[in-house]
Amino acid sequence: MSTPSRFWREIPQRYRLEANKCKRCGYISFPPRLICPQCQNREFKETKLADKGKILTFTVIRVPPQQFVDQAPYAVGIVELDDGVKLTGQIVDCDFENLKIGQKVKIEFRKIFDAGEAGILCYGYKFVPE
Amino acid sequence: MREVAVIGVGMTKWGELWEKSLRNIFVETALLALDDAGVDKIDSMYVGSMSSGLFVGQEHIASLLADYLGQVPVPSARVETACASGGLALRLGFMEVASGMSDVVLVSGIEKMTDVSGYEATYALGTAADQEYEGYHGITFPGLYALMARAHMEKYGTTREQLALVAVKNHLNGSKNPLAQYPFEITVDSVLNSVMVADPLRVLDCSPITDGAAAVILCPVEMARKMKKPIVKITGSGHATDSISLSSRKDITWIEATYQAGKRAYAMANKKPEDIDILEVHDCFTIAEICVIEALGIVEKGKGGKAVEDEVTYLEGKIPVNTSGGLKAKGHPVGATGVAQVIEIVKQLRGEAGKRQVKNPKVGMAQNMGGSGGSTVVHIFEKE
Repeated sequence: MSTPSRFWREIPQRYRLEANKCKRCGYISFPPRLICPQCQNREFKETKLADKGKILTFTVIRVPPQQFVDQAPYAVGIVELDDGVKLTGQIVDCDFENLKIGQKVKIEFRKIFDAGEAGILCYGYKFVPE
Repeated sequence: MREVAVIGVGMTKWGELWEKSLRNIFVETALLALDDAGVDKIDSMYVGSMSSGLFVGQEHIASLLADYLGQVPVPSARVETACASGGLALRLGFMEVASGMSDVVLVSGIEKMTDVSGYEATYALGTAADQEYEGYHGITFPGLYALMARAHMEKYGTTREQLALVAVKNHLNGSKNPLAQYPFEITVDSVLNSVMVADPLRVLDCSPITDGAAAVILCPVEMARKMKKPIVKITGSGHATDSISLSSRKDITWIEATYQAGKRAYAMANKKPEDIDILEVHDCFTIAEICVIEALGIVEKGKGGKAVEDEVTYLEGKIPVNTSGGLKAKGHPVGATGVAQVIEIVKQLRGEAGKRQVKNPKVGMAQNMGGSGGSTVVHIFEKE
């Protein structure tokens, strides 16, 4: 089992949606990067992701990885946030039959899974239809 | 650069090979390739393997396998680009022979996937996706391709039946390949009624978990001519990357790395999509074959589903795709897949493909892909 350090260092992104924005071309990196993938500029300003967006595509996971067994079936989608950033995450509090591409969602802070009996609880963002 | 030929190929029956170890699967396969080439010594070797560490708890397999093949102290390197590891091994072997650094190079791929449970295999395969921003949220590989499938259906009107037809076609071809893991036919109904894995993809849309290896021998064309071997030349090689996270791509339905690698291979071989007679592509899921033939320019963007429905990609069609049975029916021991694709192309070009032989092909292409499209390797082959 991994140590908690891996989870701990990702807290700024998972809990607070911290990203950075290229000072030259405006590309928003999430997670933050050291060099812009679009224009190779190295200067950024800190920013926070938009907390609303729309579903670009989705699926319902019926055969899950081990740590998600007690949650299956669950929906996962790629959401385009209002600032143009695209994120992968679970879509919750919804009927699978009613999910649609283009549907509006907001980001909420939820438990993602727990890492075994002695492990930590892992939190992060999920999408909830509006 | 020197011209490079494939002079030997080796592959054994793929499947759940519980009675065989990783090293024995490799050596049996490599010996077949050496025998086919008529050589017993090599100058160098490459092994494509995605995750021997997670699948059999063994790293450092390049030296292990060189030793068991009786070839130490030749240089041996393991290469990894997820499921494109085998294709990359070929590219590195090709570059080594083309550059003049070595004459006879063995290129192989291997994965032994059934020594671990289904959960452990799912985990190992999942490491080819972005673990921190995809895997963390419970997405699986069938899930990632399901996201692509739904977006493709929405954007282009690709149908559920068209996806199923990819699996039906590949099993039809695979039923003629005695080395395939699942050499039998399936129907559209059986695909549509199989267990749902990640909507809209069902278990018969997915390539299986497989133990297997594949090996080929490369040498300069000049040398092959002196050896009086049937010569299949590697005339184009392209390799490209993309973000491994699907959500970072501009268009979720388009595999840019495949387009880029294809573009480079076409340019090097001075060929166009319409020059390709036979094509092996990375159908890890049915939707993948549809996206890949679009990215390689074989069909127009959005027309991949229609192409299989119109039987353009069937064995008797205009451009037969996955005559071997593809990953779907032949099996998908991830690191070995890219090399097995080459073997199918070589057999077809030599006229040795048995019941699935295409009539007199001259130019073949192999496309091998890692993850959800984060890397692609494309090669073009021509009969001399």
